[in-house]
Amino acid sequence: MKEAYDCLVIGGGPGGALAAKTAAEKGLSVLLIEKRPAIGAPVRCAEGIGKEALAEFIEPDPKWVAADLDKAILIGPDGTKFTIGGDHAGGKVGYVLDRKVFDRELVWQAAEAGAEVQVHARASAPIMIDGKVSGAIIHQHGQTYEVRAKVVIAADGVESKFAKWAGINTTVPLAELETCAQYILNDIDIDERANLFYFSFDAAPWGYIWVFPKGHRCANVGIGIAGTKSGDGHRAKDYLDRFIAREFPNGKITELIVGGVSACKPLESTVADNLIVVGDAARLSDPITGGGIYNAMYTGRLAGEVAADAIKNGDTSRKALMIYDKTWREGSLGHALARNYAVKEAFIKMDDNKLNSIIHSMSDLSLDDISVKALVKEIFKANPWLALELPRLLRAL
Amino acid sequence: MIHIRRDVCGYCGACVSVCPRGALELIDAYLTVDETLCKDKCKICQMVCPLGAIVWEEK
Repeated sequence: MKEAYDCLVIGGGPGGALAAKTAAEKGLSVLLIEKRPAIGAPVRCAEGIGKEALAEFIEPDPKWVAADLDKAILIGPDGTKFTIGGDHAGGKVGYVLDRKVFDRELVWQAAEAGAEVQVHARASAPIMIDGKVSGAIIHQHGQTYEVRAKVVIAADGVESKFAKWAGINTTVPLAELETCAQYILNDIDIDERANLFYFSFDAAPWGYIWVFPKGHRCANVGIGIAGTKSGDGHRAKDYLDRFIAREFPNGKITELIVGGVSACKPLESTVADNLIVVGDAARLSDPITGGGIYNAMYTGRLAGEVAADAIKNGDTSRKALMIYDKTWREGSLGHALARNYAVKEAFIKMDDNKLNSIIHSMSDLSLDDISVKALVKEIFKANPWLALELPRLLRAL
Repeated sequence: MIHIRRDVCGYCGACVSVCPRGALELIDAYLTVDETLCKDKCKICQMVCPLGAIVWEEK
């Protein structure tokens, strides 16, 4: 580890990897630190991603594609199903990844581009000079290092601390933190080409249950519920155990994964002097799906580009870095996040009678377009009463 | 005060993200609490934990 770099990236997930790779490709000296001893583990993810989204960054590789999907099936509280995709979607739906391998591949690409990677290396505080981030105190193998950087990119995930230490309020409101549990379940009867989403206020309050295939007779089976709905006897794991006892009583559990996913609005500002915040740390996971891989990769790459330009121009002030915030917020990512936040607010609190009625209205339809926008438009078409209940959402679409 | 049940904690960081005081931190696989910062007795972390690893003990 050197004493100074152009760019210090905190966190070795997809956001940090893309930031480090991009910054290194632009000629910056880059240090990427990961606090855990291994990149990619433990997994904190249901591992689903859209094919077109992924293709913006990397060619799919059988090494880390666990399942290739052609449809998504939404299942209402009474078991009624509505299928999206299928034969009409041209195999475009998405993949389920093997994040342990995928994340390592991305960090390896960053290293190949010239970034220095240090694992089991943890930032414990920013170095602040005149109120500005100027690097970080890093601990590794019992040693403490003071590492200076012109720009720090905080990619430290849902449990992000760095931006908070630097003065940005990153606290997720309890109601908007989905608390999650997931098993890798083996030896179960599933359609290996379909992602399942179970919606029910009673079975998954203010969240949903997912079954994402990971190959032959194997799937990620998990749940997220709102933090305010969680407590003794009714935690994410309790709900998940009840679901599995009902749907997959003979499944064999080979892994337990827990985690938190924010479903709130993004940080009010994702930059400060000499600091850029990306991915889950910037609260950029999708409020409807909880998906965050693409958003992290997109903002990671953008952060790398903006950091390189700012350093080249000799100005890494908040004002100079603001182009990062503006670009994602005013672009398609920001619009999708704002729309999906409004969709979440509208649908999350519905009781099971309403959810049943909506899924019933859709069950005879087929929908090729897998976007949230297309889905919600169809829901409005099939349920004219919703336009009265949610007029603002309809206008926002 | 907060007591962390080490044998239950899945070190996922869900609690860290909702702590309004920034009192919790996940150091690799070890959840820590800074008791000088944790003083509102809000117990948000106890609620949000997916496994029930955080318990509140009156001192």
